[in-house]
Amino acid sequence: MALLTRAKTGQPFSGRRGVSWRWLGVVPFFAFVAAFLIWPTLSIIGQSFLDQQRNLTLQNILQLGQPFIVAAYVYSLQLSAVTALGGGLLGGLLAYAVTIGGLPRPLRSAVMSFSGVASNFAGVPLAFAFIATLGQLGIVTQWLRSVGVNLYPAFSLYSFWGLSIVYIYFQIPLMVLIMAPALEGMRREWREASESLGASTRQFWRYVGLPILLPSILGTMVLLFGNAFGAHATAFQLTGGGSQGNVVTILIGAQISSDALSNPGLGNALALGMIVIMGVTIGLYTWLQRRSARWLRS
Amino acid sequence: MGKRFWPWLWFLLGASYFLVPLYATFDFSLRARRGELTFAAYANVLRDIKFVESFSFSLQTALATIVVSALVIVPTAYWVQLRLPRLRPVVEFFTLLPFVVPAVVLVFSLARTYSRTPLTDSREGLWVLLVGSYVVLSFPYMYRAVDTGLRSINIHDLTEAAQSLGAGWPTILMRVIFPNVYVSLLSGAFITFAIVMGEFTIAALLAQPAFGPYMNLLASSKVYEPSALAIISFGLTWAAIAAIQWIGQGTQARLVGPR
Repeated sequence: MALLTRAKTGQPFSGRRGVSWRWLGVVPFFAFVAAFLIWPTLSIIGQSFLDQQRNLTLQNILQLGQPFIVAAYVYSLQLSAVTALGGGLLGGLLAYAVTIGGLPRPLRSAVMSFSGVASNFAGVPLAFAFIATLGQLGIVTQWLRSVGVNLYPAFSLYSFWGLSIVYIYFQIPLMVLIMAPALEGMRREWREASESLGASTRQFWRYVGLPILLPSILGTMVLLFGNAFGAHATAFQLTGGGSQGNVVTILIGAQISSDALSNPGLGNALALGMIVIMGVTIGLYTWLQRRSARWLRS
Repeated sequence: MGKRFWPWLWFLLGASYFLVPLYATFDFSLRARRGELTFAAYANVLRDIKFVESFSFSLQTALATIVVSALVIVPTAYWVQLRLPRLRPVVEFFTLLPFVVPAVVLVFSLARTYSRTPLTDSREGLWVLLVGSYVVLSFPYMYRAVDTGLRSINIHDLTEAAQSLGAGWPTILMRVIFPNVYVSLLSGAFITFAIVMGEFTIAALLAQPAFGPYMNLLASSKVYEPSALAIISFGLTWAAIAAIQWIGQGTQARLVGPR
């Protein structure tokens, strides 16, 4: 890599031996990434285009069209979209409140610290926390029952909306952590300039504030989308995680244990589908981040 | 209604979303005996030999992950900054790849690719796969932390000074660079610790006796103990993040762990 770029720019090779050996210094890193990430992932991608006799085929990809797989992808996509929107909205408003909303300064650091913890508090223990809160015996469920509101059976923690409420718990803090610095990057001068030109608060947000923040808000929501789409442990704990799982990640996980029974090609294609969706998501995020970097100092 | 009505409303809404489940979990965890509030659920958990075993298993795994990750990342980040600055975006890209490949896809790929090799046929092999995947997951945090740390010291001068005193590369790395990025390394280490201790997906799918799978199994047989575990687990995450903020590198706690 280094050799190539040097050759292209026409700079002389350094080192007394005439050839640069400095790239050797990054070999351990790349070897590690290759062994534990790149090679396995690429081999799965490659194998999803091969049949069991190792001939080229699109059969595995076509099998993704089975109703239960399409249903799982749709479910995962909807869950990710709903929690990205919900978590993005709540998290964005919370970030606004503690930064430029003018709340006391200590609240800002409290919310930021807590978000650091809560964004890492996910998976099995988070599922436990919500079972204790909104499960059939949960504290909030019981409290609501005592005032005459019966959540069950109309609501269930194990349903789409139940899962969404749990996911939003780790989506809000991620939104706060990313949006708070962006909101603080908004310059006071912009507000003052628009006010001196006679703009109302509404007009400021409509014509200045939101347009500047929009790439940042959208970018972070896209990140939240990916965050939810790749989630496995939380859904596994709540839904039981059988091969009839409703979320794509659970279907893939189930493919590992039931290797002998099912079609291995299908598992590969399922994984390929996830990688493609995650790749698009992260690509979109990067592009939006670049756009927002134009205005914000964060 | 004051000017601050809306910000306060959003704050209270967000704060209750954060705190109500925590309060409810804590309350629930104290109800192991009918009619009284008791820490019995906590005592049951802490007395459980499987808790101790899985917890220490994950502790060892976390430490191994941190050591391996530091040994890979520090020399790499140092070398890239010193001699291969053009490679920096490339290395950064590769450290961020775990966000594109979710944990479940990573463990699926590893299990498939290395099936019928010593890596999946033996207990030790599976543990190597486990640590290897955790190291990959730790790269984004560790690389960012170390890279930022290295930028705040003058590695060129330090390297030349050490060389002029006759130090070789191993001495420079171990006695000059490591001690100087120690604090940044710690913040990366704590976030890695928090991630590994609670990780479920990879450990469970590689059939490892870790803390995450233990928590998952406990839920099928117990009612109040899981909520006690959730509180313990939250405390652990909180302690790790507090440690990061305490050593003054709060921004490293940004991105997220495996879900």
